[in-house]
Amino acid sequence: MKSQKHLQIFMAFLVGVLFAAGLAISGMTQPHKVIAFLQIGEGWDPSLMFVMIGAIPVHAISYRWIRGRPSPLFDTKWHVPQSKEVTKPLLIGSALFGLGWGLGGYCPGPGIASVGAGSLQAMTFVFAMMAGMILYFIFDKKFGVNTSSK
Amino acid sequence: MAGHLLWALAGGALIGLASSLMLIFNGRVTGVSGIANGFLGFASGEKAWRGAFLGGLILGGFLMSQWRPALFENFTNRSWGVLVVAGLIVGFGTVMGSGCTSGHGVCGIARLSPRSIVATIVFMAVGFLTATAFKYLAGM
Repeated sequence: MKSQKHLQIFMAFLVGVLFAAGLAISGMTQPHKVIAFLQIGEGWDPSLMFVMIGAIPVHAISYRWIRGRPSPLFDTKWHVPQSKEVTKPLLIGSALFGLGWGLGGYCPGPGIASVGAGSLQAMTFVFAMMAGMILYFIFDKKFGVNTSSK
Repeated sequence: MAGHLLWALAGGALIGLASSLMLIFNGRVTGVSGIANGFLGFASGEKAWRGAFLGGLILGGFLMSQWRPALFENFTNRSWGVLVVAGLIVGFGTVMGSGCTSGHGVCGIARLSPRSIVATIVFMAVGFLTATAFKYLAGM
């Protein structure tokens, strides 16, 4: 099992590098392109829509491929979320994410990749994002919002 | 088709491929917010692969920036204050909502998860509203 852990770590690293490359090539690490997609009106840029059109069908193929398989290749079990219930935290959290995304033009993936590129704006965003995540852990501990789902 | 749209498709396909590798080999969803907050929140036993992914993301960003620095330019002119507020809200919201564009938007929709479809509709709608309102209120 120890060798599997090392393989998982290697694969996760490779996936991260490829993911960053995909983000950069797609234009999503340029926040003005994201904002140009999210700002309705003159100068609308449909690029982000095309990123999803590229990503979703390609990824959907892998879900077909794994169907019926008892486990992934480097692990003994699957870790894919199974819940189907639409909850209040899902709705409110998603709305908040949309708010922050529309304000800054960064979301987690492009933000972190851009840290590697040396972007000060991205570093500012990501640092604040980590603080926001920790704030939520504290909030959840006090008010028990997400303890049932996830 | 305009060149930038072809690049968007190509980049998207690479994102889809990377997520597929994570699924087929590690059995996991590539939700960047989930991986990041898991790295922050979990006990040491669960940090290794998450740290490796985040490290890969950062290294990938570095390598791509060496190849084409223009891919990381930011012409939005958002102030530092706005970036901080945006980051705080994104961090808070993605943990509460259990995902972001990669986790819900790509991986969740690819498997037709009802939660992810709803989440994506919500964050897209609010994203559109927020960015558009910002344009009219702040002039950018």
